[in-house]
Amino acid sequence: MINVLFFAQLKEQLKTDQLQVDIKTPCTVADVQNKITRDNPTWQSFLDNRTLLAAVNQDMVQAEHKVNEGDEVAFFPPVTGG
Amino acid sequence: MTNLPNNEDLKDDLIAVQQHDFDIAHEYQMMRDENQQDGAIVFFSGLVRDFNQGNAVTGLFLEHYPGMTEKALEKITVQARERWPINRIRLIHRIGQLGLGDQIVFVAVSSKHREAAFDACRFIMDYLKNQAPFWKKETTTQGDVWVESLEKDKTAMNKWDQMQDPSVAKK
Repeated sequence: MINVLFFAQLKEQLKTDQLQVDIKTPCTVADVQNKITRDNPTWQSFLDNRTLLAAVNQDMVQAEHKVNEGDEVAFFPPVTGG
Repeated sequence: MTNLPNNEDLKDDLIAVQQHDFDIAHEYQMMRDENQQDGAIVFFSGLVRDFNQGNAVTGLFLEHYPGMTEKALEKITVQARERWPINRIRLIHRIGQLGLGDQIVFVAVSSKHREAAFDACRFIMDYLKNQAPFWKKETTTQGDVWVESLEKDKTAMNKWDQMQDPSVAKK
């Protein structure tokens, strides 16, 4: 099981801030993203967004980054702090 | 002057993600106290402005990713230390509901000479804008609007990556 978090616009679009994803590990961030879309087809337009950023265990990573059992994965739009 | 943290160790960097306001005079004093080695302190403060996306703006809501924000800010200060001979760093970012003109962010850096403090302060802000998981939502009379990220912020960060030898670090 992978715990997935969503933030900002994405959280509002999906109407949820977290999700448990049942996926065989190790896999990649892209695999997790694809699995979520397969499980929730209506979310496709929100998740198929090339500007989305991803983090694994609170470090920003690329789509090919490895995900292990128990990792915390997060998806969010470009950051706008400061 | 209420809600200020107490018992701070002057030797440590301050990295704070907080709802409450900060007092720049206090922060500046914390950079100076028992500090006879630095000849320069540079600080930046960021304020809530009207983003002018069409509607009457009443304020700003700052969302963040608890845990990752602190980690990302810490990482940025470590990178700054690797590039410049700097001493103290104080970095504060506010979260939650803010009003127009409110303080959002504060970065202070001290060093022996001004060049390192100027560069490191700007570096920390440029990286924070791209790497720290904060999101601004404008509250307007017509509803809430998420603030769009700007290409110029990415350009500002990439500029540092392209610099091979920071001039100050060599001095």
